[in-house]
Amino acid sequence: MATLTVSRPPFGGFSFENCRRNAVLEGEANKVGCSLPAARKTGTTICGVVFKDGVVLGADTRATEGMVVADKNCSKIHYISPNIYCCGAGTAADTEMTTQIISSNLELHSLSTGRLPRVATANRMLKQMLFRYQGYIGAALVLGGVDCNGPHLYSIYPHGSTDKLPYVTMEVASLSSDWFLCSSCSGSGSLAAMAVFEDRYKPNMEEEEAKRLVRDAIAAGIFNDLGSGSNIDLCVITKGKVDYIRPHDEANKKGVRTGDYKYKRGTTGVLSKTVLDLEVVEETVQTMDTS
Amino acid sequence: MAAAASMMPNFGQQISSKNDLVPDWTRQEVSTGTTIMAVEYDGGVVIGADSRTTTGAYIANRVTDKLTPIHDRIFCCRSGSAADTQAIADVVAYQLGFHSIELDEPPLVETAANLFRASCYRYREELMAGILVAGWDRRKGGQVYCVPIGGMLVRQPVSVGGSGSTYIYGFMDSNYKPGLSKDQCLELTAAALSLAMERDGSSGGVVRLASISEEGVERRVILGNQLPKFSTH
Repeated sequence: MATLTVSRPPFGGFSFENCRRNAVLEGEANKVGCSLPAARKTGTTICGVVFKDGVVLGADTRATEGMVVADKNCSKIHYISPNIYCCGAGTAADTEMTTQIISSNLELHSLSTGRLPRVATANRMLKQMLFRYQGYIGAALVLGGVDCNGPHLYSIYPHGSTDKLPYVTMEVASLSSDWFLCSSCSGSGSLAAMAVFEDRYKPNMEEEEAKRLVRDAIAAGIFNDLGSGSNIDLCVITKGKVDYIRPHDEANKKGVRTGDYKYKRGTTGVLSKTVLDLEVVEETVQTMDTS
Repeated sequence: MAAAASMMPNFGQQISSKNDLVPDWTRQEVSTGTTIMAVEYDGGVVIGADSRTTTGAYIANRVTDKLTPIHDRIFCCRSGSAADTQAIADVVAYQLGFHSIELDEPPLVETAANLFRASCYRYREELMAGILVAGWDRRKGGQVYCVPIGGMLVRQPVSVGGSGSTYIYGFMDSNYKPGLSKDQCLELTAAALSLAMERDGSSGGVVRLASISEEGVERRVILGNQLPKFSTH
């Protein structure tokens, strides 16, 4: 008897059909002694501050894959529009693609309105997308920019909640080899940065003071959090000008090796030398059809 | 009505965290573990909230504004998941604004409360949102509607919500009387919120107050060192 299969119409959203298979595979791999590759995350410190004429965004440059540094100098400050930039913490792919999608939509929106985009618009688009995916897109963002209403700074969490504040920090704590983020007290990156802000932030700072403050906050995150490291990138956004300073501070320069393991020619004495000529046995030519 | 913003995509499968063959994707959500309060008086309402938003044990925002305007004379106090309540408030503000333009009239507080209830009840399994809707309209004056987790709707002369509310039920039962004036309501709200913030770890920061009446909305902030003090010994 023939069996009939009715094809189900595709449901919206994510398909979790492979999760059971993945769990079984992980169990079998652990039995053999190896582990499945972990998703690359930016276990990161990012922050932003509003100063007199604009905003300063800062980020470290380390991308980790579990306990290994996957990229020593990755760029975490993403372009959204000429006057709006966004730092991203969390799953690297998620922050990259989310910011690119919103950047593209915002450019179309800006052409449609004929105006420079506003930070609040970018914030709305990001929060509505992240809420739609109910937190499965692991992107924690610090969005900053200057528009017709002045400088603005938002922090956006993966579940889609946002806060509008004069200074924000964000980080991702990597706990296990699983690919999810948990921001709790085990992530000291943003806590260290926030401590610097709470101590030294003042409203209406000058640009140099704000840049120093952000640099110090990120440095605190880099030196006190294992998931953050390498250099400090800054992005200073003011009305009509953006200064993308990458790197602003090479806090962790690679050291110069003091010794050399190369041996000089002649260190090893030669006892005897034999030279064998290669003997050509057969020579054939095979033409290739290059048409 | 034109295409209403659809809030939830139609998920074909629901993954429950009890199914241990599926990895646990849950993570610490940002929550407004909160104390919120709303009181009716003759001629308007007084609403108040604390200002703490937490992710686990870390305070993500210590100066949150949980009193969200939905329309000119209608506010909502948000408690529960920050993402859920912000999204619902945005949707309801859009729906109410559209409805008000259609009517060519300021909307009723009961309408706003029903819009909240509709979203909170329909998506009750997916959402974690406890909301107090309060405002003034010409028909019934000052009104407070409570839309707790689960999507019930009930009008009350005074209502408290959030994790800190459990600590002040006794205070409310003994100190609230019908027929208070606006200033008495403001004092009562400030005192109740201070007591709750003192005892609840998830509530704290500053006290945000607002009074809504025919004349408009008056907003106020009471900083930490200016809060009313109560001594236990």
